[in-house]
Amino acid sequence: MSLKEKAYLPAILGGMKITLKHFFKKPVTIAYPEKKREFSPVYRGQHVLKRDDQGRERCTACGLCAVACPAEAITMIAAERKRGEENLYREEKYAEKYEINMLRCIFCGLCEDACPKEAIFLTDRIVMPEPKRNNFVYGKDLLVETLENRIDVSQRQIKSYTVEK
Amino acid sequence: MWFTVSLVVILFIICLGGAAYETWMERKVAALMQDRFGPSRAGKFGLLQPLCDGGKLFFKEDFVPRNAEKWLFIISPGILMLIALSTGAVIPWGKSLFIAGVSYPVQVASIDVGVLYIMGIVSIGVYGIMLGGWSSNNKYSLLGAIRASSQMISYELAMGLSLLSIIMMSGTLDLRVMVEEQATNLYGISFLNGMAWNVFYQPLAFILFVTCSFAELNRAPFDLAECESELVGGYHTEYSSMKFGTFLFAEYINMFINSALISTLFFGGYSFPYMNKLVENGLGENWIGIISILAFLLKIVFCVFCFMWVRWTLPRFRYDQLMRLGWRIMIPLAILNLLITATVVVFT
Ligand code: SF4
Ligand code: SF4
Repeated sequence: MSLKEKAYLPAILGGMKITLKHFFKKPVTIAYPEKKREFSPVYRGQHVLKRDDQGRERCTACGLCAVACPAEAITMIAAERKRGEENLYREEKYAEKYEINMLRCIFCGLCEDACPKEAIFLTDRIVMPEPKRNNFVYGKDLLVETLENRIDVSQRQIKSYTVEK
Repeated sequence: MWFTVSLVVILFIICLGGAAYETWMERKVAALMQDRFGPSRAGKFGLLQPLCDGGKLFFKEDFVPRNAEKWLFIISPGILMLIALSTGAVIPWGKSLFIAGVSYPVQVASIDVGVLYIMGIVSIGVYGIMLGGWSSNNKYSLLGAIRASSQMISYELAMGLSLLSIIMMSGTLDLRVMVEEQATNLYGISFLNGMAWNVFYQPLAFILFVTCSFAELNRAPFDLAECESELVGGYHTEYSSMKFGTFLFAEYINMFINSALISTLFFGGYSFPYMNKLVENGLGENWIGIISILAFLLKIVFCVFCFMWVRWTLPRFRYDQLMRLGWRIMIPLAILNLLITATVVVFT
């Protein structure tokens, strides 16, 4: 070591200069509840089950998403559409019960890729923390979008994201 | 008499409040240096954070290990606290205040061996740590305590030696006299009135003293008394609740007092540039007194900031490095400085 290094002090002062510089920099922290970080358009958060333009549920309970799911997070029970329910479900078969276990899900997005009906999409919403494990099994009440509050997935439908190059 | 008593009470409050807000400041400084916000939820700018921390500490479970030396275990944080608080007595906190026809110097006890008193008291602080670590009957606590106390004792030597050169120069042990001496012209230049601070005359002693202060206070980069990774926690491993809080608090009070000491010894204490000129121009004694107190507090806050600044810059020393620095570098340097000062004092 040279004398300058042995004396410690120049190095210490150099370090202090660096920390002082940071003292006057703007903090990079995002104060979460007030300010939210912008997500990338390909962010994969909580799922949504889409309705079509007439407000009917698109899912036909084909089960392809459940098969595609590597984490086996999706379970569903199919039912037949009754007469008079045409305004509720688009196909003759629909998911009477559709559940995703958010603790199992790894947000890979394969369910979205597998779906032939463009019914399931991952969105930029965050799965909220819960004190009880059972509450993480999301049913249709949480997954299906409401008519008043449609969830925008147009970004995910752009070809460059969905089709492999 | 009543002035002294009220001064003691005020000092007590200032020390406690200062220590509480030092914890806030520490977190804020750390955060800003790491590009974060720091406390910002409790009150404006997180100013209520110390209250929350205190409340939290009070309501935590107070645990005493079964095989601990119970009595010592309980009083050792108190010892540390007591010592931390009692050093403030001899520090001159301001010039003087003129109340009801009498002029009171703003100092609890104006004794002519102030420096000696402080060095004596500070060295007792080791007991608080050592007893705390030993009485908890935990290997790690004991190791931490031994580490802390050997560190403190080694660095006290260099601290005392570096102080000696200051004492030699000013020829007194009275802190107030030291401050008044520093309130003269720097190098005899009248333009630099009231700036004859020891830091300009004794830079080496200053560096040595400050470094030793870091070690004495067990603060980073010398915070070997507490290492989560090696000693679980250090001498306070077994402490919980407010007993732990008291240890922590005493440390912050020590930092406050130590900053006051550094300001007194090296930065002209309560004096401020052009103080004597203002006195000659006939500014009221109370005004001078109040400005001097504020100047002193400003210096203290700056010193405290520097302590934090260094803490969040440097990583922790290794134990053998620390000891080598103390014994093989600091002490010889202090002796060298002493010799030079002695030569200068004798021949001028
Ligand atoms: S995102 Fe992946 S893991 Fe989650 S439900 Fe869809 S397929 Fe399963
Ligand atoms: S979400 Fe799509 S893939 Fe899954 S069951 Fe419904 S239609 Fe089939």
